[in-house]
Amino acid sequence: MRAPLLFAAVACLFVLTGEMQSWNVALAILNMALVSAIMAMGVNMQWGYAGLFNIGGMGFVALGGLAAVLVSMPPVPDAWAAGGLGVVAGLLLGALTVIAAIAVVRRMPAGRLRTVLLLAVLVVGFVLYRRVFDPAVSAVEAVTPAATGYLGGLGLPVLLAWPAGGLLAAGAAWLIGKTALGLRSDYLAIATLGISEIVIAILKNEDWLARGVKNVVGLPRPTGVPYEVELQRSAGFLDWAGRWGIDPVTASSIVVKLAYAGFFSVVLVGIVWLAERALNSPWGRMMRAIRDNEVAAEAMGKDVTARHLQVFVLGSAVIGIAGAMMTTLDGQLTPGTYQPLRFTFLVWVMVIVGGSGNNWGAVLGGFLIWWLWVMVEPIGLWLMQTVTSGMADGLVKDRLIDAAAHMRLFVMGLVLLFVLRFAPRGLIPER
Amino acid sequence: MAEPFLIGEAMTGGYGAADILQGCTIAVEKGQIAVIVGPNGAGKSTAMKAVFGMLKLRKGQVRLNGADITALSPQARVAKGMAFVPQTQNIFTSMTVEENLEMGAFLRRDDIRATLEQVYDLFPILRDKRRQAAGELSGGQRQQVAVGRALMTQPRVLMLDEPTAGVSPIVMDELFDRIIDIARTGISILMVEQNARQALAIADMGYVLVQGTNRFTDTGAALMADPEVRRSFLGG
Amino acid sequence: MDVLNALVVFANFVFVPGLAYGAQLALGALGVTLVYGILRFSNFAHGDTMAFGTMAAILVTWGLQSMGISFGPLPTALIALPFAIAATAALVLATDRGIYRFYRKVRAAPVILVIVSMGVMFVMNALTRFIIGVDEINFADGGRFIIAAREFKELTGLAEGLAIRTTQLITVVTAAVAVALLFWFLGNTRTGKSMRAYSDNEDLALLSGINPERVVAVTWIIVAALATTAGVLYGLDKSFKAFTYFQLLLPIFAAAIVGGLGSPLGAIAGGFLIAFSEVTVTYAWKRVLGYLLPEGLEPEGLVQLMSTDYKFAVSFAILVIVLLFRPTGLFRGKSV
Repeated sequence: MRAPLLFAAVACLFVLTGEMQSWNVALAILNMALVSAIMAMGVNMQWGYAGLFNIGGMGFVALGGLAAVLVSMPPVPDAWAAGGLGVVAGLLLGALTVIAAIAVVRRMPAGRLRTVLLLAVLVVGFVLYRRVFDPAVSAVEAVTPAATGYLGGLGLPVLLAWPAGGLLAAGAAWLIGKTALGLRSDYLAIATLGISEIVIAILKNEDWLARGVKNVVGLPRPTGVPYEVELQRSAGFLDWAGRWGIDPVTASSIVVKLAYAGFFSVVLVGIVWLAERALNSPWGRMMRAIRDNEVAAEAMGKDVTARHLQVFVLGSAVIGIAGAMMTTLDGQLTPGTYQPLRFTFLVWVMVIVGGSGNNWGAVLGGFLIWWLWVMVEPIGLWLMQTVTSGMADGLVKDRLIDAAAHMRLFVMGLVLLFVLRFAPRGLIPER
Repeated sequence: MAEPFLIGEAMTGGYGAADILQGCTIAVEKGQIAVIVGPNGAGKSTAMKAVFGMLKLRKGQVRLNGADITALSPQARVAKGMAFVPQTQNIFTSMTVEENLEMGAFLRRDDIRATLEQVYDLFPILRDKRRQAAGELSGGQRQQVAVGRALMTQPRVLMLDEPTAGVSPIVMDELFDRIIDIARTGISILMVEQNARQALAIADMGYVLVQGTNRFTDTGAALMADPEVRRSFLGG
Repeated sequence: MDVLNALVVFANFVFVPGLAYGAQLALGALGVTLVYGILRFSNFAHGDTMAFGTMAAILVTWGLQSMGISFGPLPTALIALPFAIAATAALVLATDRGIYRFYRKVRAAPVILVIVSMGVMFVMNALTRFIIGVDEINFADGGRFIIAAREFKELTGLAEGLAIRTTQLITVVTAAVAVALLFWFLGNTRTGKSMRAYSDNEDLALLSGINPERVVAVTWIIVAALATTAGVLYGLDKSFKAFTYFQLLLPIFAAAIVGGLGSPLGAIAGGFLIAFSEVTVTYAWKRVLGYLLPEGLEPEGLVQLMSTDYKFAVSFAILVIVLLFRPTGLFRGKSV
């Protein structure tokens, strides 16, 4: 009975925001909350089901965003002509070098010959890769750098980008998992954090891929989500808005947001349904058995590493889908905005506050914490202004009002500490 | 019978809900060697840990020199003159031999050099290796460090949990010789041992435990001569 | 072949900066490794502890400067350092007493403590930013250069100049002093040895009568000292910005893990290894090679293995390699 009540309470928060601020704001928060809920589900799968401590969520979100660009943006023919082949060839060379290096390490017996051969492979491969790759990249980035300067995407429908984001993230997770999952929890955390930082760095620097910090703007919208300007031009819409007494600009904005909300909700419901099926299946029970007593599970013959890899890949895929959705919502890919604080740790707060190990808990946590994250600033400001209204002007008053801007992280930290200490199982505990 | 120096009387208890010890009694006199033997799972280590206060007793009492110490924590019992050498992880592997001994004397505020010399006299090889990391020593030498560490508090009772586990027979003989030397200085020894025959050979008092209770209690020599004991536990 | 000039360029752009950065990382890694060895968790709040400590030092420095006190050619911040350490020590001890101690008492899994340290990180970061704001602050005063490039060229007559900034020299000297003090403390004092014993074998340490709460308190004080010193040195060398210290967390942890978590010697070795790797891999070797290779064989490109944007990727790559082939690190530390 508790869960529905909690959801109702959070819904009330959103309604209140709509009433007291504006429906536009409330819906904007709702859309991002839907995306956050899906991210929280991904993290919950890894932590709640299997006890894997992954703090590299941001990297998978970024990969999802990249997929959105690679799938839905139109290709840039000039860039492909100038250097597309070289880029692809260079990447292949790089991949071959790595494969060759791994083969050398695996197939040859340890010793001096192997080390020499390994070094030779790495050096030669690296030099060749740079020889082929660098000129091609310069050529690509030289093609109208102000507008494009990159290879572009596949020009496919945007909705395909969402599962593509999942696949890209899953692929990366598989590679990462293969190398890092054997490590103990603290090491896995550092490894995942480092990898996510590298992914962001690649996005920021490899302009040929996604324009780097020049950002990719004007991402197409899914069919079914109209553009505000189109709505404002449509006579039928103006009519409808007039009847409801809402001005067209606000109305168009609200309709667009509602459309996104519709799409996102469908995806969320789908993922929750799948996750619930998985959690309550024999597979899910086995995952939790492994989490609770890894040694015993291994003794019973369960391949723990393989199971962990499965969960890691699945959870990362979910996060990737959310990342693609988020970039679609923003309409642009801005690698500079991906910060570990905002994404990874916030999502962790969502999972822990909501209730780790419980899918509904993750969703609730996503909604509640995202709402809190956005609303802390205006509420804090209002609070500070009320508190200082009686005070004389001066340094202290300025400082306190300034403080409102820093309240977000402070509040999030306090919430996390409070929940971990007094309610570690979260709002909706694991069943 | 006169009150023994250390006695755990009618001890009943265990680690959790189930009682491992069922009213078992262990005692040792001053300067004597008492050995606890028995089949696996009999509760030998548990009995000794109960005497040291590492588990809560549901029933029974532990008295040292007449004083009731049942409620004291292990650290408090160390302060009262008891010393315990665990079976595993009984040395600081990353610290030198001398540092290990210093740590043994941590609670003492007086000059420990005399005691240090006594330990080195008892275990001469430790003097040679005093600056070496304890983790680099052989199994037998590590046991010497473990026992030496316990002796640094100048205890009145020294408790050893399977001191010869995993060491070669020659080293085992040497260790038992050292234990006899220690007992001669007036320190009571309470020892759990798997190598029942060799242990009983040096024991003044032997306790054979089965399923948490005393099965046979007698002097070491008597137990070794007893045909029933020999058949059940000493291999005939 | 102009070996001298090549050496000077190498020293100026690779060796000296690497040395200073390595010293900063080493101090940071020492703090992390101590917490790991004794308190047995990875402290994600360490970066923001460094930020807090530096902030405290800056405030005291400003106070001293307003009183007209200065330190001659050395930065005034060095005088402020002991006060900043005291303030930071108070903060971390309060954090331990109020937050971490509970989890020690209930014997929570180490990963829980890591998540808790994430929460502490948020709060500390907000506290620091609230007190000092988010702007970039330069608080290094005193002489700027021990020797400037121009002076060097005049002195030696070489074409290339070697500039050594005061902050770089101070970093290395202060770090060396701090490390010497730490090792003396750990190896020669009763408390220091008890800390090593506690880190080595907790149960046996308790059995020996070592007081765990005392060990924990002393550990936090030392960690505060190391973090504050590392943060101040880094801030003097570069500048202070409340956000940058979180980014240092990755190379610091990489250094600690590569050296072997729990091993102070490892933290130092790891710090320098990571620092020099970062600098060497992202440096454009064209000039040095130009001096060393015979005419005609000089490189055309920059000869830069990776662009500077990927600096931390280097530390991370080293970390991954070490974790795959020798997870306990160079000096065989612990794993959870």
